[in-house]
Amino acid sequence: MTRRGRTLWIVGFAAALLVAGVLSWYASGSPDGLEHAADRAGFAQSAEDSATAGSPLADYLVDGAENRLSAGAAGVIGVVVTLALAGGLTLVLRRRATPADRT
Amino acid sequence: MCNKVVVVHVPDGFLDVPTSLATGALAAGTVALALRKARTELDDRTAPLAGLTAAFVFAGQMINFPVATGTSGHLIGAVLAAVLVGPWTAVLCMTVVLLVQAVLFADGGLTALGTNVTLMALMAVVIGYGVFRGLSALLPRTRTGLLTATGTAAFLSVPAAALAFVVLFEIGGTVDVPLGTVAAAMTGVHLLIGLGEAAITVAVVGAVLAVRPDLVHGAARLRTATPLAGRPAAVMEGAR
Repeated sequence: MTRRGRTLWIVGFAAALLVAGVLSWYASGSPDGLEHAADRAGFAQSAEDSATAGSPLADYLVDGAENRLSAGAAGVIGVVVTLALAGGLTLVLRRRATPADRT
Repeated sequence: MCNKVVVVHVPDGFLDVPTSLATGALAAGTVALALRKARTELDDRTAPLAGLTAAFVFAGQMINFPVATGTSGHLIGAVLAAVLVGPWTAVLCMTVVLLVQAVLFADGGLTALGTNVTLMALMAVVIGYGVFRGLSALLPRTRTGLLTATGTAAFLSVPAAALAFVVLFEIGGTVDVPLGTVAAAMTGVHLLIGLGEAAITVAVVGAVLAVRPDLVHGAARLRTATPLAGRPAAVMEGAR
């Protein structure tokens, strides 16, 4: 990566951490569009708990603790795990430059 | 004050088993194809940005913004990803985000994962990127033209995904609700959410375009523009 590429990457990563780790706490807690529509149309009650509902990170909280630290930690873990999986996948899939290409 | 993050994708139970199996197969086929095709979009320069894009979409989806009284919406990020890193890579980025949310955060059911991938990694990308390409061909090859196409595509991707859900619910909904009722409940609110989607997408793509236009997949046409069109200075500078 070039120096400017690295700067962009670091700024983007910091922004993702800030959004997921801090700003997410201030997000709206109202039901989202799908939930709202399901309520109005009358099929909301057909929702079942996910098999992962007992996950320690369920509902974007660590162990269900409803506080800033728990929500922030859950967000940061999500960003890091997503980055590791998607970043690993795209690095494996990429066409690698041959040494001759690197000028 | 306690604001639990709500996000909310399609949970288990909304759609019957045959429909969930069908969307699961469609999703698996799409991802398999994307794994092959994404190679053409990914190289040493763009691969690191692709991973970051997925992480950013995950973060962005955590921000539910109010759209009407008692209702919120959140970013999908399909057009954001497709314009930044290419449509095939966007399918993979969106799928990873949905997988992490379903497995770790219990957001979106496990049996509904295929449905969520179909709606947000397939439909939103196909419709959104299709609109983006179509408008890009019509609009001037400038920064403004590109961002106009991006914003319109992002806006339309949300009702497109919502309507795709309506169709799936008509086919395999577990509760018998008239099509018109579901469509009416889904459409209005998702048009409003689309405005938020467009605003966030334009802001992020615009920011990356300002510093590294050479890394924006959807800006390839800006780079091939003649020196008299668009903003040649920015294009040349962006070429590092």
